[in-house]
Amino acid sequence: MKSPKWLKRFFARLFGYATSRAQEQRLQEEIAEHIALQTADNISAGLSAAEARRQANLKFGAVEAMKEDHRSQRSLQPFENLLRDLRFALRMLRKSPGFTIVAVATLAMAIGANAVVFSVLNALILHPLHIPQAETFYGIQHGNDALSYQSYPDYLDLRDRNRTFDDIAAYDAALVGLDTGENPSRAWIFLASGNYFDVLRLQPFLGRFFHASDEHGPNSAPYIVLSYAYWRIHFQGDRGVVGRVVQVNKHPFTILGVTPPGFHGTLVFFNPGFFVPLVNQEQVEGVNDLSARGHRFIFMTMGHLRPGVTPAQATADLNSIGSYLEKTYPKDDDQRTFTLNRPSLYGDYLGKPVRAFMTGLMLLSALILLAACANLGSLFGARAADRSREVALRLALGASRSRILRQLFTEALLLSVLGGAVGLWGSFVLLGALSNWQPFSRWPAQLPVNPDANVYAVALLLTLVSGFLFGAVPVRQVLHTNPYEIIKGAPRGVIRGRITIREVALVVQISICALLVTSSVVAVRGLMRSLHSNFGFDPESAIIADTDLSMSGYSGERALQMQKRMIDAVATIPGVQSAGLIDWAPLVSGGTIDSRVFRDADTDLRPANSVAVSFMYGISPEYFQAARTTLLAGRTFTWQDDQNAPRVAVINLEFARKVFGSATNALGQYFKRPDGTRLQVVGIVENGKYQSLTEDPSPAVFLPFLQSPSTQTYLVVRSDRDLAQMAAAIRSTMRTLDPGLPVYMGPWNQELATTLFGSRIAAITLGVMGAIGAMLSITGIFGMAAYSVSKRLRELGIRMALGAQRKEVLQAALGRAFKLLAIGSTAGLLLGIMASRVLASIVYQATPRDPVVLAGVVAAMLLLGLLATWIPARRALSIDPAMLMRED
Amino acid sequence: MKQKTDVPQGTLALMVLKTLDVLGPLHGYGIARRIEQISGDLLAVNQGTLYPVLLKLEQEGVIASEWGASENNRRARFYRLTREGRKQLQVETQDWQQTAAMIERFFAAKAEDLS
Repeated sequence: MKSPKWLKRFFARLFGYATSRAQEQRLQEEIAEHIALQTADNISAGLSAAEARRQANLKFGAVEAMKEDHRSQRSLQPFENLLRDLRFALRMLRKSPGFTIVAVATLAMAIGANAVVFSVLNALILHPLHIPQAETFYGIQHGNDALSYQSYPDYLDLRDRNRTFDDIAAYDAALVGLDTGENPSRAWIFLASGNYFDVLRLQPFLGRFFHASDEHGPNSAPYIVLSYAYWRIHFQGDRGVVGRVVQVNKHPFTILGVTPPGFHGTLVFFNPGFFVPLVNQEQVEGVNDLSARGHRFIFMTMGHLRPGVTPAQATADLNSIGSYLEKTYPKDDDQRTFTLNRPSLYGDYLGKPVRAFMTGLMLLSALILLAACANLGSLFGARAADRSREVALRLALGASRSRILRQLFTEALLLSVLGGAVGLWGSFVLLGALSNWQPFSRWPAQLPVNPDANVYAVALLLTLVSGFLFGAVPVRQVLHTNPYEIIKGAPRGVIRGRITIREVALVVQISICALLVTSSVVAVRGLMRSLHSNFGFDPESAIIADTDLSMSGYSGERALQMQKRMIDAVATIPGVQSAGLIDWAPLVSGGTIDSRVFRDADTDLRPANSVAVSFMYGISPEYFQAARTTLLAGRTFTWQDDQNAPRVAVINLEFARKVFGSATNALGQYFKRPDGTRLQVVGIVENGKYQSLTEDPSPAVFLPFLQSPSTQTYLVVRSDRDLAQMAAAIRSTMRTLDPGLPVYMGPWNQELATTLFGSRIAAITLGVMGAIGAMLSITGIFGMAAYSVSKRLRELGIRMALGAQRKEVLQAALGRAFKLLAIGSTAGLLLGIMASRVLASIVYQATPRDPVVLAGVVAAMLLLGLLATWIPARRALSIDPAMLMRED
Repeated sequence: MKQKTDVPQGTLALMVLKTLDVLGPLHGYGIARRIEQISGDLLAVNQGTLYPVLLKLEQEGVIASEWGASENNRRARFYRLTREGRKQLQVETQDWQQTAAMIERFFAAKAEDLS
C-alpha cells in the first residue's frame, strides 16, 4: 500500500530534525550558488561587479526569513520544541539532583502504592473469576448470617425448583490423600456437583470435564478433573494423564481432564488441586451426607441468572423455595431465607470486610497521591520562585508566557513519568512476590494479583494527571511575573501571619501521617501482645501433628485403635512431656465443628429451641494436660469413658454460664444434643479462643473421643526438646505405625498464622502506608521549610549581620514549620487513638492506651521533623550576610 | 504600472514541476530563471521563496535532488522530477485546465446566456 503524501512528508520532517545540520549546510551552499550564478549573469549583462552582487541579493529577497521558513518546513516545530524542552528539563533536573530524587521517589511511592492497591482490588473484586459472563454469576447465601453452606437435599431442591437460574452448581472443599503410585501426598480439592463446569460455562484445556449425566447415585462417578496449575506442578504438564487411574483416599479415580489455565476454582483465594464429583463424597470424606437434610456440609451454591432476570427476582424465587422447605421439613430447616452475593470471596462473609478494607486502602492511597502532588506542587512553586529571574529574563527577551509554561509542564510531566515508571516497576516486583506468596502452609491459598492492562492504564492515567496537577501550581506565578520588577530586584512581599492553603494542606497531611503511624504502632503492639495472650491453651513448645485417617482407609473401630496406638507411640518418644489428641485443633484447622445445645428439659429439638451454639471437640484423656488447659472443677476424661460408659462432657466457663447460669451449679448437670443424646457435665475448664483471636468468649464442649469418634486426628505433643528434632522423631514414629499415612506437622504457635493473618496484613499495610505517609510529610515539611528559607534569605542575612544568634535565626527560619508539625502530629495522634477502636475489630487487643505507643509516635514525628528541616536549617545557618548583600 | 505579484505556493509548485518536466534536471537558480522568463518577470522578486517550495516537493517525493556541477563548474544541487512527480503533474495539469476552463466560461458568460 502506498503511504499518503502527508504521511511521507510527516516522516521526512520527523527525520529532518536528525539531519538538520547537514540540511542547513546544504541550504547555505544552494543560496551561495544561486547568488553567484545571478551575479555572473548580471555581470555579463553589463553591470559592475559590486552592483551585480547587490542586484542579485535584492532579487533573492530576505535570506534570513527564507531560511526560517525553510527550517520550519524541514522539521516539525512543535516536536522540535518538545525535544528542546525535554533536553532543557533534563538539564535542569540534573542540576538539582536532590530535588529530582525527592520528587521521583515521592511520585514512585505514591503511584506504586496506587498501582499495587488497584491491582489487588482488580484481582479480588473487579475481575475475580476467569469465567465467561461473570456479571450474571451469583452465589446464594443465607438471608440472616452471610454464610453460604447448604445441605445436599436442600441444594437439590434449590436447583430443581427455581425458575430464575440457568442451573445451580455446588461445591465443598476437602482435604484428601492422593496416591499416584509414588510418594503419597495431601491435596485440597473441590467436591463439585456434576454440573459444576457446565454452570461455569468452561471448556477443558485437556480431556473432558465430568457432567451431570455422569452422576448415578453415591460413589458412581470416580472421576478427577485436575486444575491447570496442579497438573503443571504435580504431573509435569504431562498430556498423557488423561485416562490414568490414581488412588484418592485409597479409592481408584480416573483422571478425565485439565481445567483451562487461569481457572482455579470459584474461590479467589483458594486453589484446589483437583475436582471430584460431589456424589462420591463418601469415598472422599468418609461419610455420606447426600441424604441428610440437616447436615449442611456444602460450602457454596451458585449459578448464572437467566437472561433478563434481576437479582431481586431471583431472591424472591429462592425465598419462596425457602418457605416451602421450612414448611415441609420443620425439623431440619428453619429460617431458609436467601440473598445473592458475589461468590468469589465466599460471599459477603469475607467479601464485605475485604471490599471495605480494599476500598479504604484505595481511598488512602489516592489521598497519598494527592498529598504527593500537593508536596511536589509546593516544591515546584518554590523552584519557580527561585527561577523567577530566569523566567523574567526570558520574558524580557521575548519568549511568550505559553512557551515558558510549556517548559514548566514538560519538566513536571518528565518528573511524573520518571516517578510513574519507577513506581510501576516497584509495584510489578511487589505484585509478583505477592502472587507467589503462600501465606499459609496448610491451605492452598494464593492470590494471583499480577498487573493487567487495566492496571497499566490506571497507572499511566494517574501519572499524567499528577504531572498536570503539580505542574499547574506555578502557572499563576508565571502568568503574573513582571519582568521589569523582578530584574530591578524588587523584594518579593512576604506576608506574615496569614494562613495559606498550602499550610492547611500540610497540616492535614501531617495529621494523616501521624494517624497512620499511630495506627501501625498500635497494630504492631497489639499483634505482639496477642502472640502472648491467653488462648485457653499454651501454643509455645508444642507440636501439632495431624492427619485424617480416612485418607489411608481407616474407619470406625480400626481408626480408634490406630489413634490409641499413635498416642501411645508418641508418648514414649524421649523428651515428650505429654501427648494428647483432639479432632480439630483450636485456632489451627480453621474449620471448627459447632453444634446446637438443648436444655435437658427440652423435648422439641428443633433448631429454634436451642439454648446455645457451642464449639465441639472430641479429645483423648491427656489432651488438657498436653495443651495446658486449666481444669477449674470436676475431672477430665479417662480411658474408661468409652462407648459402654455413660455419656459425659467437659464444658468451658462460658458454656456453663450460658446453659446452666453459673459454673458452680453446672457440675453433674445434663444437657442434650440435637439427636437427643443426654450428656452429663463432669468437668469445667477455662475459656479459650477457638476460631479467631478477636472472638468473644464462646461456649465450648469437649467429649471423650472414644464416645465421639472421628478420623480427624490432631496430636498435641508437648516437649522441652528442640521442636525440629522432635518433629523428625514424631515423623519416624508415625512411619513405623503406617508408612502410607500422610502427616502434616508444625509448631503450634506457627500454626496460629491463619488466625493472625488479618491482624498481620493490617499491621503490614498500615506500616507501609505509614512509611509512605512519613516520607510524604518529610518532603512536604522540607518543601515548606526550604521555600521559607530561600524566600527570606535576605531578611535572615540582615538579622545575622545585626548580630542574631544561631538559635534566633533557626527560630525565624523554621519556627513556623515546627509549629505546623506540632499541630498536625497532635491532631493525627488524637485521630489515631479514635481510629484504634475500629482497628480493635481486626487486630486483637489493639489499644492506644500504652506508653510505648504514645512515646513511639511522638519520637517518630520528631525524627521526621528533624530529618525534614535538616537541609533548610543548614542552609539558613550557612548564610554569609556579606555575600548576600553584595548579590543583589 | 502593473505590480509584480507574489506567486501563491500551489501555483509556484506546479510551475516548478512543469519546468523540470520540460527542461529536465536543473538547479535552483535555473528553475527560478526559467519561471521568471516564462512568466514575464512576474517572479522577479523573492526568488528565495523557491527553496522552501523545493524542500516541500522533495519531502513529498515528487522531486529528487543530487549534487552536480553547474555550467561554470561549481557544485550545485540539481532537482529532477520523479515518476510520482510526473504522475502528479499530469493530474494537476488536468485539474488546472478544468478549473481554468470553468472560470473562463464563467467570465465569458453574459446576462442573456443565464436567463
